[in-house]
Formats: sequence, C-alpha cells, structure tokens
Amino acid sequence: MSGAPTPQDRPGPAESLIRARGLTKRFGGLTAVDGIDFDVAPGESFGFLGPNGAGKTSTMRMIACVSPVTAGELRILGLDPATHGPAIRARLGVVPQQDTLDMELTVAENLAIYGRYFDLPRALIRERTRELLDFVQLTDRARDQVEPLSGGMKRRLTIARSLVNEPELLLLDEPTTGLDPQARHLLWDRLYRLKQKGVTLVLTTHYMDEAEQLCDRLVVMDKARIVAGGSPRELIERYSTREVLEMRFPAGVQETLDGQLDGLGQRVERLPDRVLVYADDGEAAAAQAHERGLAPEMVLVRRSSLEDVFLRLTGRSLVD
Amino acid sequence: MATPAAVRVLEQRLVVYRRTWRGSVISSFLNPVLFLAAMGVGLGTYVDGGTSGVSAASAAGATGSLPDGIGYIAFLAPGLLASTAMQTAAGESTFPIMGGIVWVRSFHGMLATPIRPADVVLGVLGWIGLRLALVSAVFFAVMVLFGAVATPGALLAVPAAILTGLAFAAPIAAFSATQRDTNGFNALFRFGIIPLFLFSGTFFPIAQLPTLLQPVAVVTPLWHGVDLCRSLALGTADPLVAALHVGYLAAMAGAGLLLAEKTFRRRLVK
Repeated sequence: MSGAPTPQDRPGPAESLIRARGLTKRFGGLTAVDGIDFDVAPGESFGFLGPNGAGKTSTMRMIACVSPVTAGELRILGLDPATHGPAIRARLGVVPQQDTLDMELTVAENLAIYGRYFDLPRALIRERTRELLDFVQLTDRARDQVEPLSGGMKRRLTIARSLVNEPELLLLDEPTTGLDPQARHLLWDRLYRLKQKGVTLVLTTHYMDEAEQLCDRLVVMDKARIVAGGSPRELIERYSTREVLEMRFPAGVQETLDGQLDGLGQRVERLPDRVLVYADDGEAAAAQAHERGLAPEMVLVRRSSLEDVFLRLTGRSLVD
Repeated sequence: MATPAAVRVLEQRLVVYRRTWRGSVISSFLNPVLFLAAMGVGLGTYVDGGTSGVSAASAAGATGSLPDGIGYIAFLAPGLLASTAMQTAAGESTFPIMGGIVWVRSFHGMLATPIRPADVVLGVLGWIGLRLALVSAVFFAVMVLFGAVATPGALLAVPAAILTGLAFAAPIAAFSATQRDTNGFNALFRFGIIPLFLFSGTFFPIAQLPTLLQPVAVVTPLWHGVDLCRSLALGTADPLVAALHVGYLAAMAGAGLLLAEKTFRRRLVK
C-alpha cells in the first residue's frame, strides 16, 4: 500500500455498505452534522477522527438508525434508515459511547436479554454466549454481576453483546475512551481480529493512535464538517512532512524567537509549550537550527502523525 | 416463529424481576393483610357498631352512608383492591421508566436492535399488566381469607382492578418519559396519587364529600375503578354503569398508550 490513491481504491456506490451524500443533522438551531459525504466499503475499517463536539456521535447515531436524518441522503446496507430502521438494525452491532449494560444482571444474562431483542432462539444465544465470552476473555465472569467489573471488562462485554447477532457492520463510538493503556491494547487486539474475520468496522475516536492502529481509511471532522479524508498514510503525506522536529525552549525564550525560526524546514508551528518544525529531514532541520544559534533545552525528531495532520487542518490539538 | 418485539421487551422486564420477586410477592401479600386487618377489622368493627357482616345493615343505615346490608370490610376491601392497583401502577410506571431511559439506559440498548419505541411502550405496559394481575390476585385471595367476598362473581373485580391499574400506568408512563429527574414523580404522588387514594371512595362513599367536591370525585379515574370493583365484588353491578366505568378506564389506558408512544419516541429517538 503506497503511492497516491487510485480511483479503484475508492468504493463505488454499488458496493458501499454505507453511503452518505450531503448528510445533515440539526437540533433546533444547532447544526451538528453539516452536509457530509462518505462511503464505507465492505470489510474495511473506517474512522471518524475529531475533537469532542465535531459531529462524530451525531453521525454514528444516524448510521445506527436511532436519529432521523435532517437532510441529505443516507443508505446503510443499501437501505434507507427512515423506512427500514428495524431491518437495518437487525444486521448492525452497536457499541455506544455510554454503556447500556444492565448492572444488576450477570454477564451471561446481559447477553441473553440482548440476543432475545434480535429474536434469536435461546439455544443459539447460549452457544454464541460461550463463543463470545471466550473471544472477549470473560468466560470466568459469566455468572458474575456486571456492576463490579472493571471499565475494560464492561467495554469488552458491550462488544461481545454487539456481536450476538453476527452483525455485518459494527459501529463503535469512542470504544476506548476512559480505559487504561493495557485495557485499550486488549480491546484493539480484539477489534483487529474482528476485522480479519471480515467484519466492517466504523468507529469514532479522538485518539490519533487509535485511528492509526485500527483504521484503513478515515475522515477528519471539525465543526460538523469533514475537512479531509484518506488512509492515515495518505493524510500524513498530503498534509504533513515525513518528519517533525520538536524543540522545547526554556521558559520565556520562545516569545523572543520572532524571525529566527523563519525558513526552518517547510513549515513551523508554534504551540504554547514547544515549536514544531515540519521537514522531510528532521535531523537536517535540527542542524540548521543549531547553526542559527538556537539553544532549545529539548530536541526530538519524530515521524509525522495524524495529530500533525489535525493540527495543520484545524489549527488545534485533538485532545485539549 | 417470530416472537413479537413487545414480548421480547417484556422478557427483559421478567429477567430483571427474577432478582427481586420474593420481596415483591411478600409485600403484595402483606400490604392487603395489614390494611384489611387495621382498617377492615379494626376500624370496621367500630363503623359497624360492634356488629359485622349482613347484620351491619342497621349500623350502616344509621350513618346514612354505607350501602344497605354491607359490613365495612366488605365495602372497603374492593375499594382498596382498586387503590392498590393504582399505586402499583404508579410505582411501576415512574421509577422503572426513568431507569430505562436515564439510569440503566436499557431502553437505549433495546433501540440499537430491531425493537422500536412502540414495542418498548407495549412491552413495558404489558409487563405492568402482569404485575397488576399478580398483585390483584394475591389481594383477592387475602379478601377471601378475611371473609370479605360473598359471591363467586366477585372474581370479576380482579380484571377490573388490572384495568384500573392500566388506566393509570399508561398516561403516567407517558409523563415519566418526559422527565429529567424524579421531582415530577414526587409531585405526582403527593398531589395526585395520595389525594386520589384518600378521597375517591376507597374508605367512605363519595356522598360523604362536600357537595361541591362530589362531581370532582366522579371525574377522577380512581372513583370509576373503585366503584367498578366494589359493585362487582358485592354483586350489585348495574350493567350500564359498569360498562361506563370500563369505557372510561379503557379510554384512559388507550389515550395513555398513544401518548406514551409519542413521548418515548421523542425522548429516545432524536
């Protein structure tokens, strides 16, 4: 996977699992989603990246058929959510931002109830409960009440629950927000396995590492609009340089640097606590800065990330 | 064979209820025992002037209020049955609805599946109907134990009580789906349920109320439930009056159901 995207990489309308054109959601006077276009192809892992309030969750709720579309076109599995909501939802798995588990019930009871919402036979639910609890590593907690489980375990249970109907499309709204790093890595591993099995994943996140880990393709949302889209690599190639030189100066010094940073690398970004120099060769930029007599107390050369793309596109960090 | 979506919602309520059914059944039994012992036997003996049963006729006649030939416990018990149905309905259609929307969020979980808001409403009210059936049946058994039932036809008071409960449960569930916190519930109980319980003919005939308040009592849904249950239990029901009561209660339940479908949808789908 390298080079510029070719038209064949783009899913055409016929094969899209999700197709949105001019998709809009308004709540009274507030426009939460402002005429966005995107397609999700079968088997791909697609992400909405953006800060809180960018319109990611509103978009997800429309895809999940629990929020009517205000304007524009939305097709999910080829169907219109306005007229085929229950039929679409029967083929979706949903991992909401806020858990909807029944805390008083056991792990297995939560799966059983959820399976019945899909009208699955009890014997089939029992069989899938065994497989799914094994998959999310909760087998030994099957008979335990949900309440005392850790945040990571509850998330894994929610994911197991969302898979009980063997969905073609799995929607995950900020699946790892609030989890510790270990729990996040375990969750990412499970999601990666699902992807390998051919399940289409659509997720929202405001973590760029999550997007880089999980998404084949993503769109960056800001203020209700899509501001860029592509694979993580494409986005970095298009909107950032290969490397970034980070320099941190002693307190008070950065304010005195006017003019001295001009021409370093291809572009310079001044953050409150450090200076970012975008350059294809970070080490060369560092040497150049040294020649100019700049004396940062910390110098770091790293590869560009989606965070840089986001900064470039919106002038803001992802997580404030 | 597909199971109707509302029934799948009802199954969820049943699984949740499995955790608490023992305490719930015991209180369904103790509540009428305590009330009928204290008010029916204790207060009743006083009201009946030291007599009981059919021979209370003269005592009741003396107060000019109790229907002729009826002991106080036989008068009170079916009224309490209707009131208990109302209170059970009010309890089941307030806090559990808030739970489904705000606390446990189980209704949101349901709507991520093929279940629709209308299915949630039907399933939840169907479950409340089952709870009412249980509570009313236990209450009726206690009435029999207390000798407060004269004819086999009195059994009809049980479905009448269930209908009374549903006439409250449906509109209250519709109201509950519009609430952000439980303040509205406290007001509902304080200014709605408790006054109805006290002044809708459960403890004394509404003829005892000030003349101006009597038409008010006749409009309240509980009076229709009380009068229906009482006339069925005592075997004095007039078919036309009973039909009017049933019609009134059914209309309340039906209108509440339609309203609840709207308020649930507005709250859960946006």
